[in-house]
Amino acid sequence: MKNRIVLYFSAAQSEQPIIYQLVKEYDLVVNILKANINPQKEGLMVMELTGDKDNYESGINYLSGLGVSCEPLSQTVMWDEALCIQCGACASFCPTEALFMDRESMEVSFDNSKCVVCGMCLECCPTRAINLHFDIREAM
Amino acid sequence: MSYTKTYEEINEKIKKGQAVVVTAEEVIDIVKEKGYAQAAREIDVVTTGTFGPMCSSGAFINFGHSNPRIKMKKVWLNGVEAYTGIAAVDVYLGAGQLPESDPENKVYPGRFSYGGGHVIQDLVAGKEIRLEAVAYGTDCYPNRKLETIITLDDVNEAFMFNPRNAYQNYNCAVNLGDRPLYTYMGILRPRLGNAAYSTSGQLSPLLNDPHYKTIGIGTRIFLGGGIGYVAWNGTQHHPNVSRGENGVPQTPAGTLSVIGDLKQMDPNWLVGLSYIGYGATMAVGIGIPIPILDEEILHYTAVKDEDIYCPIVDFFEGYPYKKDIDLGLANFKELKSGRININGKQVVTTPQSSYPRAKKIASILKDWIANGKFEISQPVQMLPGADANIDFKSIPDRRPVNGIIFNSRMGGK
Ligand code: SF4
Ligand code: SF4
Repeated sequence: MKNRIVLYFSAAQSEQPIIYQLVKEYDLVVNILKANINPQKEGLMVMELTGDKDNYESGINYLSGLGVSCEPLSQTVMWDEALCIQCGACASFCPTEALFMDRESMEVSFDNSKCVVCGMCLECCPTRAINLHFDIREAM
Repeated sequence: MSYTKTYEEINEKIKKGQAVVVTAEEVIDIVKEKGYAQAAREIDVVTTGTFGPMCSSGAFINFGHSNPRIKMKKVWLNGVEAYTGIAAVDVYLGAGQLPESDPENKVYPGRFSYGGGHVIQDLVAGKEIRLEAVAYGTDCYPNRKLETIITLDDVNEAFMFNPRNAYQNYNCAVNLGDRPLYTYMGILRPRLGNAAYSTSGQLSPLLNDPHYKTIGIGTRIFLGGGIGYVAWNGTQHHPNVSRGENGVPQTPAGTLSVIGDLKQMDPNWLVGLSYIGYGATMAVGIGIPIPILDEEILHYTAVKDEDIYCPIVDFFEGYPYKKDIDLGLANFKELKSGRININGKQVVTTPQSSYPRAKKIASILKDWIANGKFEISQPVQMLPGADANIDFKSIPDRRPVNGIIFNSRMGGK
């Protein structure tokens, strides 16, 4: 299975080699999407964990055992209409028509409810009008 | 003898607020309804528009002098270097210039988040810009280092001078390879995964005046939200290419070099762009009025998307290595529909230039002219046409033999 999670950890926990353990002991593939550690060594990490179901669950139990809080990640794609120049490049890459180009007016619109956060549109926008928004609280 | 009008007659009407002005999109239906002869009598001006990435763009700036005075040797605006090989405090800032700290494609594909085009947009938006300069110092210009903050209001002159804009037609880019390509035409997915195109088709300035009968040196235009002029033909102006019966080129052909006061412009119509894996550039908004001097000119302005074709070019090997790979022509109406057919395969199309913005430019220019704010100008000289037989040249491959190294960055033998 594959899941995106947010880990919140304290200074003591950030000294633990948790990534190493997840890889070595639990045979999980770890892909770090974002990490934020403040000078007090507290922080958060957004990661994608891939592995078989048992390993995944044991890995999560290991993290919880250390007192690291794990939460599923909620991400949203934000479309900044003010930055958008209506070129339409993104709409040609979007698999769900969340970014949609009306062929009469050639105007682009965004319907968040259709977006599956695949990320295809993020790279192709030349004005960087599309951003990934990680829904995360402040680090503990 | 068919009906004709002169520039002066049209300007008289513009001054009185009586000119009949329509966009290059609107003219299509008017012609359908009234026929060419009638429409040519009624319409005075047709406005065109285009808004897309135009890398060959930039601005000349004169900062005024510091005290003590300085002959700038290197200059950076928000960390982006401008060219200083001209007078002491004159520079040229190019849209594609990157900050020295940019990682470029070292981490492929690079992001190119900020460049010369973004600086120009920030300047035009009135933002504060960090100005840094170094110099070697002379008796007349003793200052060797300068660091300050400026805005567009603080400089003497700032004018946009773009060597090549408003390409008359452009290639449709595809990828026949098996890996994604990151190009100036955007991301091209492997195995004909998409087809990228540019130009605003039936609204595009030079597609509405395919033989440059009215657009020439001195033509007053909409440039970046202000008023500008055609200064010269653009670089790579190459008019003698294959053309359809309507005169419309079927490959990239004519280009324009344009000039205009940056201080009049608007950040909505000059937008810094970042092309992943390629670089930074700028989208420029251009609108050109076409005076309907006679029926023939009206014919040209009534061009429709379905009458415009462009070549399909492979960017895996064809374009970068100049290999001839014939993939046929794409029709602009089909490109705009979202899918085209290439070798029997349905391919999704990816636009680069903004049709809604092009339309808006044509309509702003229409309002300016209809309200008497913008007069049309007769070119002082026409652009070279197809009969000029301009050769399209490439860099010759000649090995220097004397062994002198002119540039240490090239490395020795
Ligand atoms: S993230 Fe994917 S689904 Fe969502 S808008 Fe972008 S391309 Fe469409
Ligand atoms: S690629 Fe960016 S600028 Fe172009 S239409 Fe999509 S969001 Fe707008």
